[in-house]
Amino acid sequence: MDATIAALLTQDGLTNGSIYCLLALALVLVFAVTRVIFVPQGEFVVFSALTLAAFEQNKLPGTVWLLIALAAVAAFADVLSLWREPKRMLRSMAGTSLPAALAALLVWGVASAQMSFAIQVLATIAAVTAMGPAVYRLAFQPIASATVLTLLIVSVAVHFVLTGLGLLFFGAEGVRTTAFTSESFTIGSVSISGQSLLVYAFTIFLVIAMGLFFKFTLFGKALRATAANRTGARLVGISPNFAGSLSITLSAAIGAVSGLLIGPIATIYYDSGFLIGLKGFVGAIVGGLASYPVAAAGAIFVGLVESFSSFWASAYKEVIVFTLIIPVLLWRSFTTTHSEEE
Amino acid sequence: MKRLSVTKILVLTVVALIAVAPMIAPAFYVTLLNYIGLYSLVALGLVLLTGVAGQTSFGQAAFVGLGAYTTAVLTTQYGWSPWLTLIVALAITLTVGYLLGLITLSMGGHYLPLATIAWGMSLYFLMGTIEQFGGFTGITGIPPVSLFGFSLERESHFYYFIWIVVLAALWAVANLLDSRPGRAIRALKQGTTMVEAFGVHPGRTKTAVFVIAAVLACLSGWLYAHLQRFVNPTPFGINQGIEYLFMAVIGGAVSVWGAVLGATFVTLLKTWLQDLLPKIIGEAGQFEIIVFGILLVLILQYARDGLMPFLQRFVPVTKRVLPAAGDRLQHRPMPAANEPVLSVAAARKTFGGLVAVGDVTFNVDAREIVGLIGPNGAGKSTCFNLISGALAATSGSIKFMGHELIGQPASAISKLGLARTFQHVKLVATMTVVENVALGAYLRGSKGIIASALRLNKEDETAALAEAMRQLQRVGLAEHAHDAASSLPLGKQRIVEIARALASDPILLLLDEPAAGLRFAEKQQLASLIKTLKGEGVTVLLVEHDMDFVMGVVDRLVVLNFGQKLAQGLPEAVQADPAVREAYLGA
Repeated sequence: MDATIAALLTQDGLTNGSIYCLLALALVLVFAVTRVIFVPQGEFVVFSALTLAAFEQNKLPGTVWLLIALAAVAAFADVLSLWREPKRMLRSMAGTSLPAALAALLVWGVASAQMSFAIQVLATIAAVTAMGPAVYRLAFQPIASATVLTLLIVSVAVHFVLTGLGLLFFGAEGVRTTAFTSESFTIGSVSISGQSLLVYAFTIFLVIAMGLFFKFTLFGKALRATAANRTGARLVGISPNFAGSLSITLSAAIGAVSGLLIGPIATIYYDSGFLIGLKGFVGAIVGGLASYPVAAAGAIFVGLVESFSSFWASAYKEVIVFTLIIPVLLWRSFTTTHSEEE
Repeated sequence: MKRLSVTKILVLTVVALIAVAPMIAPAFYVTLLNYIGLYSLVALGLVLLTGVAGQTSFGQAAFVGLGAYTTAVLTTQYGWSPWLTLIVALAITLTVGYLLGLITLSMGGHYLPLATIAWGMSLYFLMGTIEQFGGFTGITGIPPVSLFGFSLERESHFYYFIWIVVLAALWAVANLLDSRPGRAIRALKQGTTMVEAFGVHPGRTKTAVFVIAAVLACLSGWLYAHLQRFVNPTPFGINQGIEYLFMAVIGGAVSVWGAVLGATFVTLLKTWLQDLLPKIIGEAGQFEIIVFGILLVLILQYARDGLMPFLQRFVPVTKRVLPAAGDRLQHRPMPAANEPVLSVAAARKTFGGLVAVGDVTFNVDAREIVGLIGPNGAGKSTCFNLISGALAATSGSIKFMGHELIGQPASAISKLGLARTFQHVKLVATMTVVENVALGAYLRGSKGIIASALRLNKEDETAALAEAMRQLQRVGLAEHAHDAASSLPLGKQRIVEIARALASDPILLLLDEPAAGLRFAEKQQLASLIKTLKGEGVTVLLVEHDMDFVMGVVDRLVVLNFGQKLAQGLPEAVQADPAVREAYLGA
């Protein structure tokens, strides 16, 4: 291996690592607020890439039907559980079914009017983000207080459902979306693609934006309060349902952006979400599902390991990633103290 | 004739149904039942590992593969007898399971599930790449098992073999859970501090459970190979590992029959969905995975602990027959009155720069009741944890009956005759009161996992339960023996903790704020109980906030403030001490 290849692999690893990093941040966020290990995170990534690809091929994205289905089922669930309290029922619908229905309308409009690339990108983000509240409302809100194990199993089941729906609405073909930029820069003998730079820039932007969000906005503070102490947050008037819904919606938005970023780099199939999400999860776990900076570093480490092992032993890529994790886990597990008192 | 309990009738009905199934059910369902049996074995391991001991594993499918591939390779390529390969497979699983358990079980929290995914994936990949294993096409031509010259080639014959193994495993695991090591396993989920204080070695116990789950999975794999007569890596991947966890959780991961229920439910549901949905919707697709996922979510939303606990609500609870209170366990020699029991000399504990306990010195003599008091943050509980071994002292010496305690783990200290209660009650919520108390007698029994699983522990078990009943009578809670520990009010839970500590036959009883949260009448009862215990030869050291309570109970007081000893002596003298008054009243 010479320096050029090493630089290329590093660039590749950093690019993938940055995307895993975004997912790791989303997973840490959702876990801290809801105790759900959010396996379906990868599906948001996939839906985003597939939606944009459909726009580019002048097809109506399956996202429309997915959103309509989610909106309808969520509305049905609200009617079932809250028909005695029309006000609360309408409020719940306004928070879950309405955004999904509006997003479906938007996607349909953008697709049929064949609007510009920038608008397609925005519509994609809006569509995937609008799935968040419905997913929380339907799957997690009714069992928000269950054990972490039960929540994990539900999370895996939701992953299955979304993967199945992905095949149903998007088909089995893999897609690659157009890169945002075809520019590339050369430093010495190394060329850096514009798309990679965009990924780095966006990751850094999002990490900073999330930091600011949690530090300075009321919603951010409410999420932090819920993560630190659910009961305490409730006592000061923060609804745990609202916090849970908001955290999953944010993670859907992050997933949407990640999908746009990874779309031009890798071929995405309806079932690619699991492995992408799993690697983000590895990063998140390395960060102990609690610390954002360590999770980010963990995710970038995963990206680098993956990139270098695909050069040396491409068939063993996934295995090397997951085996190398064990010593890291051991080290993290010994350096983190687990407190038992509740 | 003895009346059979409803539970026993249900179990016998299920066993009878299993016995007649191949005679009445169509061949297709016999095949399905064979698979359900194989899945039940793996799910049973997960019930023990995940449901009871609280260790989530996604990697069980890899152990199934280990069992299947061992026998596949050895029977087809070396011509070994399946019975010989069973022994080899079990030996390999024991070794691999022990090593993996040793490495991964020390990880707490969410590290463990991820680690199980990691080695699950690695083992799966290994099966697919090793040439001798036939790559991803697999190995064919595995011979059938024969028993006493009778070949179990036909599925309906092998059916009985599988289900006899499953029922035997259910029986053994149920036995295990209801025994001395079983109580320790059931207590693991609540953290390790409590079990350690009664002499259980949590790391070893977790590893043992992990190995048992691995062995059950390996057994399932060995059976699978001889049922299918063909293996390839697909059924041993991470997806199947997730599915096993589904079965355990859906079935209800706290009862052994939950494993069978979960395996049956998931298998039948998947089969029916694959069969029915194309007929209803008219095209094959991934509809079954969508409907399957939605059903799982709905089931867990309506029965979040799984199907078994949901169904058990409709079955009347049968109280187990307990032995009468009795004193059959060995006692340790008790020190004579006024012999030194505990001497703390210049014990110090620092957390970074903070001195929580600074060079505290005091001693406790036999049959004395000593109170350790002080305002909030005085270092009482830290001091207490140093003595019980929950924390390690930075320097100094703590001698108990002539043994140095510093550097000893809590489990070794409890062996010397020191038992404690906890400030925040640590009873196992899923066990009855009498089982909780019997956990205290852990070190006074000797029967291990294998003896317990095979029910060779009758005497040991009767003696432990009789002792638990005796202690419950001693503290006046015998009528609550059958109640779930979590159903008692806090005051009574504290007393149960005392009974549990007494069941270990302690020389020194450490009580951590026993009166906290108690009502007046309960405090009076507690005070008279402590005095009775003293009369029976027990030495007591208690940490307490409630001055009225302390003054009426103790022989001597040690006062701490800001980690330093402020005063010690008779209650009246301490009460009159100006330094103590200043610490408490700030005057």
